[in-house]
Amino acid sequence: MKNEWPLWEVFIRGQHGLSHRHVGSLHAPDADMAIKNARDVYTRRNEGVSIWVVEARHIAATAPGDKGPLFEPSESKVYRHPTFFDIPEDVGHM
Amino acid sequence: MTGDEALFQFLLRMGDNTLILGHSVSEWCGKAPVLEEDIALANTALDLIGQTQFWLGLAGEVEGQGRSADDLAFLRDAWDFRNLLLVELPNGDFGQTLMRQFLFDAFQSVLLGRLKTSSDTRVAEIAAKASKEVAYHVERSADTVVGLGDGTEESHARMQAALDYLWPYVGEMFRGDDVDAAMVAAGIAPDPASLREEYDALVGNVLTEATLDIPKGTFSHKGGRTGYMHTEHLGHLLTSMQWLQRAYPGASW
Repeated sequence: MKNEWPLWEVFIRGQHGLSHRHVGSLHAPDADMAIKNARDVYTRRNEGVSIWVVEARHIAATAPGDKGPLFEPSESKVYRHPTFFDIPEDVGHM
Repeated sequence: MTGDEALFQFLLRMGDNTLILGHSVSEWCGKAPVLEEDIALANTALDLIGQTQFWLGLAGEVEGQGRSADDLAFLRDAWDFRNLLLVELPNGDFGQTLMRQFLFDAFQSVLLGRLKTSSDTRVAEIAAKASKEVAYHVERSADTVVGLGDGTEESHARMQAALDYLWPYVGEMFRGDDVDAAMVAAGIAPDPASLREEYDALVGNVLTEATLDIPKGTFSHKGGRTGYMHTEHLGHLLTSMQWLQRAYPGASW
C-alpha cells in the first residue's frame, strides 16, 4: 500500500504584474489541500498574491542527457542577440 | 458587577480560549504526522497567540490594575481562567486535535462575524483582524475533518471517536450568564445562544460531508467560561506553559 501523498510543484506570483515563479514542492492529498499547504509553507512571510499548484507527474521535462542537442547550438549564434544596434541616448534604459 | 467588570470577564473568555488552544496546538510543532501539517499547525498556533495578545492586552487595560497580557497569561492560576473546557482538552491523536480545532474554529468564525459590529470599537477592530485568520483556520480544519472522516476505515473510526469525546463540550459555547447579558445590553457582544443556529448549520454540513454522526443526547459539560470548575487538564497545561515565568519571575528576552 502506498501511503505517500502525491508531490505537487508550487508556483507563486510575488506581486501583481510579475509572473508566477517556481518556489518549491510539497506533498498533499489533492489540489485543494496542495494550495492550502502552499499557503502555509511558502507564503508565511507575505511572499505572494497568487498560488498555482500542479501535480509533479503532469510536468513534462527535458532530459539532462539531451542538453547538447537542445541547448548548445544556440551558444555560437551571437547574431540572435540584438547587440548590434546603436540605441539613441534619448531612448534611455531598455 | 459594573460594566467594566463584565467587559473584563468577557475579554478574558476571548483571550483565554485563544491562549489555551494556541498553546496546545503549538505542542505539535516538530512532531506532526507530515511536514506540511506541522507548519500549518504552527501557523495556526501563532495566529491564536497573536489574537491572545490583543484580547488579553485589552482585558488588562479595561481592568486598570496595570496587568499586561503576559501577566494575565503567565501569572494566573487555573481557577482564574475563563476558557471553554473544549480548548483545554488534550491534543490526543492528530484526529482529535483537528476535530477540536474545527469545533472551535466554527464557533469562533460565527462569533467574530458578530463582534465585527460591536459597539466597542476596540472589540470590533480585534474581531475584524482576527476573523480573516479564523476564516482560513475553519476552511483548513473543515477540509481535514472531511478528508479524515471520509477517508480510510481507520481514519474514519478515529474521527468518529474524537467527535464522540468532544461533542459534549460544544454546548458550553452557547450557555449565557450575567456577563453575557451585560455584553448584550451594552451592544458589545451577542447572546451566545443566538449563535447556535448558524453554528449547527456550518458544523452539520461539514460533519455530514465527513460521513460522521453527531452523538445523540443533550448533556453538556460546563464550568470553563465561568471559571466554576475546569478539567484536570488545565492545571497540567499551565504547569508547562507558565513554568519559566514561575521559576524565573520577570525573565524576558
